[in-house]
Amino acid sequence: MLYRRNPQLNKNGELVHLLSIEGLPASILRQVLDTAENFVSVNDREVKKVPLLRGRSVFNLFFENSTRTRTTFEIAAKRLSADVINLDIARSSASKGESLLDTIANLSAMAADIFVVRHSESGAPYLIAKHVAPHVHVINAGDGRHSHPTQGLLDMFTIRHYKKDFSNLTVAIVGDVLHSRVARSDIHGLTTLGAAEVRVVGPKTLVPADLAQMGVRVCHNLEEGIRDCDVVIALRLQNERMSGALLPSAQEYFTSYGLTRERLQWAKPDAIVMHPGPINRGVEIDSDVVDGAQSVILPQVTFGIAVRMAVMSLVAGNDASE
Amino acid sequence: MKILIQGGRVVDPSSGFDQLADVAVAAGRIVSIGAVSSDFHANKTIDAQGCVVAPGLVDLAVRLREPGHEHARMLQSEMAAAVAGGVTSLVCPPDTDPVLDEPGLVEMLRYRSEKLHQCRVFPLGALTRSLRGEVLTEMVSLTQAGCVGFGQADVPLPSLKILLRALQYASTFGYSVWLRPQDRDLGTGVVASGPLATRMGLAGIPVAAETIAIYSIVALMRSSGARVHLCRLSSAAGLDLVRQAKAEGLPLTCDVSIHSLHLIDTDIGYFDSRSHLKPPLRQQRDRDAIRGALADGTIDALVSDHSPVDEDQKTLPFAESEAGASAVELLLGMALKWAEADGVALRRALEVLTSAPADIIRAGHAGPRGGAGRLVAGGVADLCVYDPYPEWVITANNLRSQGKHTPFSGYALRSRVRWTIVGGTLAFEA
Repeated sequence: MLYRRNPQLNKNGELVHLLSIEGLPASILRQVLDTAENFVSVNDREVKKVPLLRGRSVFNLFFENSTRTRTTFEIAAKRLSADVINLDIARSSASKGESLLDTIANLSAMAADIFVVRHSESGAPYLIAKHVAPHVHVINAGDGRHSHPTQGLLDMFTIRHYKKDFSNLTVAIVGDVLHSRVARSDIHGLTTLGAAEVRVVGPKTLVPADLAQMGVRVCHNLEEGIRDCDVVIALRLQNERMSGALLPSAQEYFTSYGLTRERLQWAKPDAIVMHPGPINRGVEIDSDVVDGAQSVILPQVTFGIAVRMAVMSLVAGNDASE
Repeated sequence: MKILIQGGRVVDPSSGFDQLADVAVAAGRIVSIGAVSSDFHANKTIDAQGCVVAPGLVDLAVRLREPGHEHARMLQSEMAAAVAGGVTSLVCPPDTDPVLDEPGLVEMLRYRSEKLHQCRVFPLGALTRSLRGEVLTEMVSLTQAGCVGFGQADVPLPSLKILLRALQYASTFGYSVWLRPQDRDLGTGVVASGPLATRMGLAGIPVAAETIAIYSIVALMRSSGARVHLCRLSSAAGLDLVRQAKAEGLPLTCDVSIHSLHLIDTDIGYFDSRSHLKPPLRQQRDRDAIRGALADGTIDALVSDHSPVDEDQKTLPFAESEAGASAVELLLGMALKWAEADGVALRRALEVLTSAPADIIRAGHAGPRGGAGRLVAGGVADLCVYDPYPEWVITANNLRSQGKHTPFSGYALRSRVRWTIVGGTLAFEA
């Protein structure tokens, strides 16, 4: 059989690829978060570098365009002293007809140690992880609608930073959950780390009832969804979803689900507001909230670098060969 | 050639015959079952002790990839795989390259397959030219060229008006129309809708894609009087509609694939593209309904839905990979596995592989002559002799098909085909 065990773990149960938060034990998630704590201070130092990945090569393979995520991975790798090579496959080999696995084989021959992969198709990093040389590690930087595990982990880091303990938390994820890999990763992270309640909030076109089977409460009403929450995560509404069969218009979406200062009062007074970015001000979230006292959107970005450093250093330290 | 098959358990599902008996074959026909006349001198004697002697299998869905893959000698390899699986007659869908929409292409396929002296090939003609759903094909000429029915393979028709016209025209001449019920718009996903699709972030195909299509087809059958064979049902709700239509007396038959009989969506595991199939694998209760419906006769036939896919087309992200799996060699073993697990009689397990599918082909006019799908004295000598006991493990290397992908890889199967006889000639010997 192709996969006898979780393809992210080696025979000792250590993380060798980060493909999805789903299926990882809480101990590994905590290990990533604890390791990231140490790297947060590196980012505050005069010389923001540690030599953990000196001499290693990190290839950023972006089959789908992204500036922000790629940049944070690049910074994280450089702070670990790795050599970083950025490849926008969307603009190179794929458009020349080279297959995904041929691209991977070619880059492996250039002595890559870590592939950071973003792809528009769910599951693509699994295919890559199955075909890379045994010493190569794969980190999923977002695949289709499936998973964005480093974003999920940085969200967990942010929540833990402000709320300390998950066991009493109610977390609401508001918006286009159906198409969101961030939402899926957050759900798996929160349920694994033991959050008391996770809610997903949005219209039925964007929040399907099947989500309940992931261990969340499905709400179609914003007040019900964020009432007494400790954490509100607003999701980005993609431009292409704003008008069509999923939603009539951005304005109508904002009328029912936009996060405003008044509506945020439904949540607990000390609730924090998160967003994976980039933000559409006035569509899913009001500027008042983005820039308000409860917003931790910018700290998320800062923590993201530490979390990505933690993930890269951890997988690179675990033996992926059989 | 005269063949004597000695000492086997002869099972003919349509008559219910099930006894240890000798079978004598000569001049392409079964001469006798039971007592063999003393003046029968066989050129070849088969010792079938411990084996089951059954009618050759009739598989209603085998893609031979011809026309289209002549350079890869695929016709040879896939027909060799079929006879190795005990299949003596197969129906191939029209979604070849080019599409089987002209008599010349059908004649060429039949000519080339007959030259190989393996199993019988019964092509389905395209219902519309190039399967585009605009212009009807020349069904009369295609039938004369050897087509046993007409269909759209996996390409849904763009409008109900075209479907109605096609059913009316086909029924004028008594031809069967073979349709895989799937709504064109709702059917654009890659896995079954449900918790798994949602969790994995893969586009889902709702059950309604199948039920809406069946509703439409059944409604238009009533007004057109056409005979329809529904291919590859996937859902419990779809089977309920079939059951109702059959109770109403409509000339409707249907089949299901070995994949839907044994697997469900969670078998996709970690985006395993070998489980990328059309129709998609559905949920536990659908599989339970399919297994029950195959046993009780709501589903007429079990098919392999053999669709060999190149390595390059499978080693892609799940949604980009080509749907399909190699299966024709697994048909018998998977039927017996189902029968054993569910306590279904051997007679029924063989019926869904032999006489029932043969009747479906015959209903479309130009079916096999004589008694293919049956074992009767004087009938066509298409037989499969298999040993029900040996266990073997399915691996890519064990498959004769050029397609090496199957979601059943690693499964253990009982039974091994030992001899396959087509038209009185030994086509396969293990």
